[in-house]
Amino acid sequence: MQDPYQVIHDTTYRLLAKAATELPKDVKEALKAATKREKNETAKTQLSAILTNLDIAKTGVPMCQDTGIIIFYVKVGDKFPYIGEIKKALTKATEKATAEVPLRPNAVNPIVGGNSGNNTGIKIPWINWDIVEGDSLELIVFPKGGGSENVSIVGMLKPGVGLKGVKKLVVDNAISYMGAACAPNIIGVGIGGGADIAIKIAKEQLLRPLNDKHPEPEVAKIEEELMEAINTSGIGAMGLGGDTTVLGVKVGYAMRHPASLPVGVAVQCWAARHSKAIISKDLKVTYVTHPLEGN
Amino acid sequence: MTEYHLTTPITEADARKLKVGDVVYVSGKHVYTARDEAHERALKMFEKGEKPPVDFEGSVVYHVGPVAWQKDGKWVIVSAGPTTSGRMELFEDEFLKKYKARIIVGKGGMGPKTLGALKEVGAVYCSYTGGCGALAAKGLKEVTAYLWDDLGMPEALWVITAEEFGPLLVTMDSHGNSIHADMDKLIASRKAEVYAKIGIK
Repeated sequence: MQDPYQVIHDTTYRLLAKAATELPKDVKEALKAATKREKNETAKTQLSAILTNLDIAKTGVPMCQDTGIIIFYVKVGDKFPYIGEIKKALTKATEKATAEVPLRPNAVNPIVGGNSGNNTGIKIPWINWDIVEGDSLELIVFPKGGGSENVSIVGMLKPGVGLKGVKKLVVDNAISYMGAACAPNIIGVGIGGGADIAIKIAKEQLLRPLNDKHPEPEVAKIEEELMEAINTSGIGAMGLGGDTTVLGVKVGYAMRHPASLPVGVAVQCWAARHSKAIISKDLKVTYVTHPLEGN
Repeated sequence: MTEYHLTTPITEADARKLKVGDVVYVSGKHVYTARDEAHERALKMFEKGEKPPVDFEGSVVYHVGPVAWQKDGKWVIVSAGPTTSGRMELFEDEFLKKYKARIIVGKGGMGPKTLGALKEVGAVYCSYTGGCGALAAKGLKEVTAYLWDDLGMPEALWVITAEEFGPLLVTMDSHGNSIHADMDKLIASRKAEVYAKIGIK
């Protein structure tokens, strides 16, 4: 039998390497489509540079030098037999990927300064744990770049401003950073819950397939309106003008306190890197976003 | 729009020829990386009357924190797209006036203080497509020195020999033009139309 720790570790390493070097198919398709329909000449040069860059990266080079702070989303089945192995395997795989992919060391101590040099340290990599019914383990690697993270916000709105106020917050934020977060962007919006819950929901939306729609028509309509509004701005690729400022806007929500209307806005650059695999209880690995060659 | 192929050190006259919308490819031994901390250190050294380990005059200063690794004992740039230049607005004008770099490369553009210094000194700001680290690394052929490595890999001063590094789009020139400032005006003029889409008058 295979060593469960080793399987989780090796799977995580491959997910980290793939995330850094190859975009999920839906993101790449969206960038290609945006390039095709773009009418602005400057934007065309920016978008085609992005596509060329992706072709080079696919050979095993990180597409962006900011390989992000490493975040995991772990959905572990209550009957998955190796829960105790997960945390160490994810951390060790992060260290190995930093040295061998390589990834840029991006874990800095905010109190005493200094870069840990291996992308690990206090609470980093960050692991979002979710326990679900079942006997398998779902692993998502989500390296998050600093530029787009720096323009993510939480707004604690007065409930009286309603959904119009929510939309205004999202649009005003997009206009204020003007593509400096490497547009075309993907924007995740989380409404309700509390300050922490809203931004957590917002960030999770960034993992949704770009071609999906929220199942509730009221929410899907907000997504559409926001996307159209922001693309009307003309900010364009890299904020140098153009037709596509966002590739998608995804909205999620939780119930809110009667006195609060928290809104989280999570911004993602065009390098919307993530990768996903599922490990069964008998240690069979299925790569979802980046299938093994020949499969 | 004109395409230029320049070799470092770049003269003031060459830098003043460049106009917004032009595209530049750079070759030569004087391409330096500098982010927040390298700028600060260079300025502090100037104040103390000390000389930095490289001569910035005529150079290309690239706002980037690269991913690099050692192959057979030599540092190689793996991925090196631009970082957000706005952070360097704090000190770029002083840096330009004191050290006379001729091309600043980054993303997102810079503000009025830098624009003023570009005019005074005779230099330009170029935008490189953000996130295109793998593509940029192709033009950054050789690392000749890894200086100020105590600042860590991203913040250090990397000395690079470039070969046709580009395309660099001139977005701020020495004649007071800035595509970034123009974009601000354009977006402001469209705001009502954007708001109309979400039902705000």
